Amino acid sequence: MTRNKTILYAVIIAFTIIAPFAFPNYGTQLATLWLMIIVSLTWDMTGGQMGYNSLGNIFFYGTGMYVAALIAIGLTYDIGDYNSAAGGGIYEFTDAQYFGGLALGVIGAGVFCSLSAIVIGILVFGLRGPYFAIGTLGVAIAAGELVSNWNWVGGGQGIALPVYPGDLDQGKDFFYFLFAAVGVSAFLFAKWLYGTRFGAAINAIRDDEEKADAMGIHTLRYKLYTWAMAAFFVGMAGGISGFQLIHFEPLETAYQTINLGIFMVVCVLLGGKGTLWGPVVGAILFHLFKEITWNYLLGWQWVALGALIVVTVVYFQDGVLGWLMAKRPEWFGIRVEKKVAEQVE
Amino acid sequence: MSAIIDVSGVSKAFGGVVANESVSLSVDAGTITGLIGPNGSGKTTLFNSIVGYHPIDAGSIKFEGREISELSVQQIARRGLLRTFQQTRIYGAMNCVDNMLISLPHRKMNIWDALKTFTAEDYERADQLLEFVGLYEKRFLKSGDLSFGQQKLLEFAMALMNEPTCLLLDEPTAGINPTLINGLIDRLKRANSDFGITLFVIEHNMRVIMNMAERIYCLAHGKMLAEGTPDEIQHDQRVIDAYLGAH
Repeated sequence: MTRNKTILYAVIIAFTIIAPFAFPNYGTQLATLWLMIIVSLTWDMTGGQMGYNSLGNIFFYGTGMYVAALIAIGLTYDIGDYNSAAGGGIYEFTDAQYFGGLALGVIGAGVFCSLSAIVIGILVFGLRGPYFAIGTLGVAIAAGELVSNWNWVGGGQGIALPVYPGDLDQGKDFFYFLFAAVGVSAFLFAKWLYGTRFGAAINAIRDDEEKADAMGIHTLRYKLYTWAMAAFFVGMAGGISGFQLIHFEPLETAYQTINLGIFMVVCVLLGGKGTLWGPVVGAILFHLFKEITWNYLLGWQWVALGALIVVTVVYFQDGVLGWLMAKRPEWFGIRVEKKVAEQVE
Repeated sequence: MSAIIDVSGVSKAFGGVVANESVSLSVDAGTITGLIGPNGSGKTTLFNSIVGYHPIDAGSIKFEGREISELSVQQIARRGLLRTFQQTRIYGAMNCVDNMLISLPHRKMNIWDALKTFTAEDYERADQLLEFVGLYEKRFLKSGDLSFGQQKLLEFAMALMNEPTCLLLDEPTAGINPTLINGLIDRLKRANSDFGITLFVIEHNMRVIMNMAERIYCLAHGKMLAEGTPDEIQHDQRVIDAYLGAH
């Protein structure tokens, strides 16, 4: 079992490293796949593991994008001047300025998003169930509208970032590996977190928050920390996306509530809510489905996607992993143990 | 003996319905104390007031000498005053061991402790307590699939895992097969004598409470009707009248 797991992880890591070179034409697609995995994994931290279905995690994606871009620009130029010229080719970045700005920007985006999760969390974690979902959605929509009316950060036009200095194909691989690094970190982080007492406490909140209260668990504190952790990774992913896209604008790219904001939820439902692997499996299946329909069912692609969402939500709520768990409970350690004398470990 | 819970003059009304009216009682540390009364006499309301589920209208509630009537449920639980529910509350989707591990006392845990994985001692203690309530063989089953009586036992084990100083039990034997009740009484008594946990128990089953409690309070219509030893309560005409419906 453990040996099989080691082999499985080795294969996945090997594939992660080889993939962009083996499928050079799909570099951007593979990078997007990692983005989907990151947002799904982190959505499941609150949605699946803690029972708080946020529709506003896209807020951290958009905010991360803006924060990273503003840090990178602000380190070298005046942000207001830069944005009113919309980049305009006037402003040059040296390699050091580009990579330094990117690194600090992406980390800063993660930190900023974590802090905003705490502040927003204090306001919205009083809401339960559908009210929490709508409340967080409102935050994301409001943020998009606010930013698109704020000229200092580019207003409705958004921000144009400098292009990757160097060979563009090499640039694709660069962004792929950045996403992959954040994705692998998010996965390892989640895997570790779910095995701790912290993980057990957020599961308790999901299953019966009132009972968790009655047992003395700091429920609000755990909810805030969990969302802040999720926001950290989403913020970083958003920051990387900004540099990868070169140009982004507030409503369709950054705070894209109806695209990525919903996709992450569908990925998790498809793969299996509240499991470690579910979001990963779901993101892969969803991304494949999306790319295939976009290529071969063009014109009907949104209909096909809508149908997938409806079928998942209505008939397949437990997802692939949930279905497996029901079919093969023994794979997941559900068993009756007959007590043998002296067997107590 | 000193009082661990000291309730004095507590009143609680829901709109026009007065659930508790100037109720006073005290629970001595290390004892088993009973609370009885006909349906609707305000027993669960009093429990809820003590553990902080709702603010009280008047009076004071002290735990270990400190006022707790203004504290939240979590804060009171972290002081070591815990309750179980009349409608059993367990984490149904998880197995028994996970239910136990979740119940580790968070009052003894800061955020860095919380970020540690469960230790071998945690597992051992979970197994011991599951053994104590007789659920060891079922420990890897989904707890939601257990029978109601077994879920009550699990909830009791979870409460013990939390290492409370004082445990409020709301009808621990309700819905439990009569043949298992003796075993449960024995375990409650052992929790009191072996683990030193003060028990304050709401119970409808007279045989159970008379067997267990050292002191019993009887509520009727939201007011304290009588108090005394099991013997005194059993022969108190007011208590008999309240239960038989005489007014």
